[in-house]
Order: sequence, then structure tokens, then C-alpha cells
Amino acid sequence: MSILVIAEHDNSELKQATLNVVAAAKAIGGDIDVLVAGENCGAVGEAAAKAEGVSKVMVADNAVYGHFLGENLGELVAEVGKGYSHILAAAGTVGKDFMPRVAALLDVAQVSDIMRVESEDTFVRPIYAGNAIATVKSSDSIKVITVRPTAFDPVAGEGGSATVETLDVVKDAGLSQFVKEELAKSDRPDLASAGIVVSGGRGMQNGENFKMLEQIADLMGAAVGASRAAVDAGFVPNDMQVGQTGKIVAPQLYIAVGISGAIQHLAGMSDSKVIVAINKDEEAPIFQVADYGLVADLFEAVPQLEEELKKVL
Amino acid sequence: MKVLVAVKRVIDYNVKVRVKPDNTGVDLANVKMAMNPFCEIAVEEAVRLKEKGVASEIVVVSIGPKACQEQIRTALALGADRGIHVETDEEVQSLEAAKLLKAVVEKEEPKLVILGKQSIDSDNNQTGQMLAALTGMGQGTFASEVVVEGDKVNVTREVDGGLMTLSLNLPAVVTTDLRLNEPRYASLPNIMKAKKKPLDNMSPADLGVDIAPRLSTLKVEAPASRQAGVKVADVAELVDKLKNEAKVI
Repeated sequence: MSILVIAEHDNSELKQATLNVVAAAKAIGGDIDVLVAGENCGAVGEAAAKAEGVSKVMVADNAVYGHFLGENLGELVAEVGKGYSHILAAAGTVGKDFMPRVAALLDVAQVSDIMRVESEDTFVRPIYAGNAIATVKSSDSIKVITVRPTAFDPVAGEGGSATVETLDVVKDAGLSQFVKEELAKSDRPDLASAGIVVSGGRGMQNGENFKMLEQIADLMGAAVGASRAAVDAGFVPNDMQVGQTGKIVAPQLYIAVGISGAIQHLAGMSDSKVIVAINKDEEAPIFQVADYGLVADLFEAVPQLEEELKKVL
Repeated sequence: MKVLVAVKRVIDYNVKVRVKPDNTGVDLANVKMAMNPFCEIAVEEAVRLKEKGVASEIVVVSIGPKACQEQIRTALALGADRGIHVETDEEVQSLEAAKLLKAVVEKEEPKLVILGKQSIDSDNNQTGQMLAALTGMGQGTFASEVVVEGDKVNVTREVDGGLMTLSLNLPAVVTTDLRLNEPRYASLPNIMKAKKKPLDNMSPADLGVDIAPRLSTLKVEAPASRQAGVKVADVAELVDKLKNEAKVI
């Protein structure tokens, strides 16, 4: 078996999710190659070559891949991936965008968002917002798979010594053009891979109050997330949403502040190791999944938490 | 321009999902069904495009058993002009759904196809992208804003780092994210009017598509349940537990 992993990156840095996907590839077993498609992304190729268990890295460096347009990546990966038994990518917004195109171009099904590998053709994935877990078997000759990164412990990012090849394949579908990007700038860790996440919900009342959470997050080196209710209410931008249709997180510590705990939210964070809930409604469903629940007015509890954390950190 | 909207009949999002005791799937007997929430957003966007004078006709299509006609009628009541029901009692997976929709696109030749980004039952997030690939169209996935300008559509997408705007040549495929719009409710007079709107019925065989599934579900289980923990009395106790018991700070 031979597995092609599509690297997730921003043209300058390899994202940790790639190491989680390589771990999923190792669980399948076989030779693992990594494809880095981007623009001026040579450094990413070098980084991918150091990942544990990777045999070969191919770098397709061209302006047509610079913004990860699904049409161009779809054609590239379908062509490069033809010779492999499995094609894997992280189930982030880039992978979710181009991978189904790859599957359609190869006339195979896609298995989305796998959490576990049972065998080379059988995988475990959540359905119904994680309220049911399905074991599915693929009968296709090439398995196109997106991987839930938080479900696999990453391989080591150092120590590997894969060969690096330049791939001179330029696929420009000419169907779409990049116009602009408004990316959140933050010094905090990436929400999807942070060790600690502090999230706020509708109970925060407004965006200004999220500063309270940011202060706590900065004390602990945490990322800040939000429930869909807080995003829909316009308190904070969409990239902070944790849940079924937002980001899936599984940190060591998840602190839910003013979040009631709708199933769609729980779907995005219930694999966290330790969950803390702070909510004034003691009937809130979030308490049913929380390891430590504090029934309190968040506007009193959060400043106290900041003071207490300053004492111990 | 003509807009095609695909809608899916799924379990109502408020219903608590129960796995069947024999682990063959989720129990859907006597459970409330509804239009997939992302599909409602797709219908709403098409109706808004029509209200702005951008769309001239809205065709709504659904694939599945006879009961899907309820969801098509709902879309007609919300403002779609006519419906197409691709009727089958078989399971239709994403790739096969995309092939059926491709056949409908070839007949109808819409300028824009709008779908929900995922259905809340299978959570696959595939069909729109597969349809775009099969028809050779560009795609604007996870859309939070759609602006048609001449023979292009600008789509603002919700991506991991924030927002990204693309310009796509028409015809194109757009898949909706939650914040694209807030769907309206159908009024009673419109629900009555919708009953008289045309609804075509066809089978996968009529469209020449083989819908045999490529993936087989071996079992479906309930997730490992998380035990509720303890309530702490105050913040000091919480921090003490996190530091000394859970050892996570």
C-alpha cells in the first residue's frame, strides 16, 4: 500500500494537523508520501521531510496553488494521487474544499472526518453531530479520506529524513480567482491544536466582554473559542466557532464560559480531556459533560478566576 | 438567470438522535423530519437573489423517497418556482447524489447551483464539491456572502483563519454556511400556493445514473458517554482541582 498525504500549511509553515494526518496514515500502514502544494512553499517541504515515517515529499510550487483554490488542488491531487491506494488530508476548510473534487474526479467515494482506522479499508467516523459513530468500509480502489486531526496523536515533527522532489505539474482550472482574505491575527495558539481552550457563549452578552476571557487565556497560554450562539450574535468572528460546523477541538483543558451546551457545540469539544463549565443556570446541559462545574455568574467568576490563576501560575 | 437549489430531507435538528439497539443505524421511525438547515439557507439565498432581480427562476431538486416531496413543497412555499423529485427508496451517497444532480444540471442548465455545505445526518460535506468537479464548475464553499456581478459571482467563504473571497466564473456551485442569511418562514397563503406549483418526478434510471453505494456501513454505535463530574463551590476550589487533581494547569 502507498499513501499520499496532502500537507496543510500556509506557504511558510507546516501545520501540525499534517503530523496528525501522517499518524492516521501510519495506522493504515504502507509507504507514506507527502504532497506540498502552494506558492513559495519550499520551507514547508523541508519541514515535511523531517516528519516521522515519511518516505518522500513532493513540492508543487506554483502561483496557481498559492491560495489553495479547490479547483486547482483537486486536479493536481487527482493526477498525483492516481497511483496511490489512499489519499489523506486534514478535515480543515482546505481539505473539506478540495478533497471531494479529488474523489469525484477519480470516481470514488470519500470517507469524511475519520476518527479511527480499523483496517486498510474500514474507518470510524462521527455522524449526526457525533451523536452516532459509524464504522464504514470502502469498496473503492483508491480511498479518499479526510482525517479529524484531534483524533490522532501527531507523529514527531523532527528526526525524519524523507527525500524532497520538485513536482512540475501546473493545474490551472481557470474557474476561480482569489480576491481577498481577512485572516484573524492573533498571538495566541491555534484554536484547533491548542492545549487549553477558553470559550465563551451567549452568556458573554457582547464582544467587549470576551476581553475577560482573553486575559485568562493569555495567563494560561490558551486559545479563545466561542459557541455558535456567540458568533451568530456577532460578538466574535466565525473562525472562533467550536462545534459541529465550526472547529473540532480536543485540548487538555476546555473552559466553557456562559455556554449552555447545545449538541452542536458538544460535537466540537466533548473529546477534550478535562472540561470546565461556568454557567449561572445549573440545569444547563454543559454540566452533563463537564468534569468540573461552577454554578455562578460569569461576570463575578471570571475576574476571580483570573486572580486565582495569577496566584498559582 | 436560473438558479438550481438542492435540498435534503433529514432528521429535524431538534430531535434527539437514538442509535438502534441492533447497531444497524439511527432510529428514524416516527421521528420528525425536516429540510436540512443548510438547505433552508440555500433556498433563502436563491429567493433573495430573485427578490433582487438577479435570479429569474428557482428550481428546487430533492433526491430520496416519496416523502421528500414535503421538503420540495416547503421550498416552493418559500419562493421556489418549480420542483424536481428524483425518487428512490435506496440509500443515495454523496458521489451518487452528485451524479444525479449533474444529470439535472445538464437538463436545466442553471447559472448558479446552491446547496447546503453539509447535511446534519451524514455530516459528509461532499456533494456540492463533487457536483462542481463533475460538471467542471468552480465552487464557493462555506459561503457567508454571495454577490452576482455580470458573468461572475463573488463568494465570501468562512475558512479556518477567517474569511476568504473568491470570484467564480458562472455557472458555479455555492455551498452555504450558517451565516449566509436567516431563512424566513413560509406564510400560510404561500404554503397553499405551493401546492399548485409544478413538481416533476423522475427516477435515477431516467437520469441514467447508477446509484449503487461504494461505502457500506458495518455498524453504528452510540458515542462513549462522558460522565458528569463534580460541582465545585467556588473559583478557589476550581483552581485547586485543576492544579492538584486534574493537573492540567
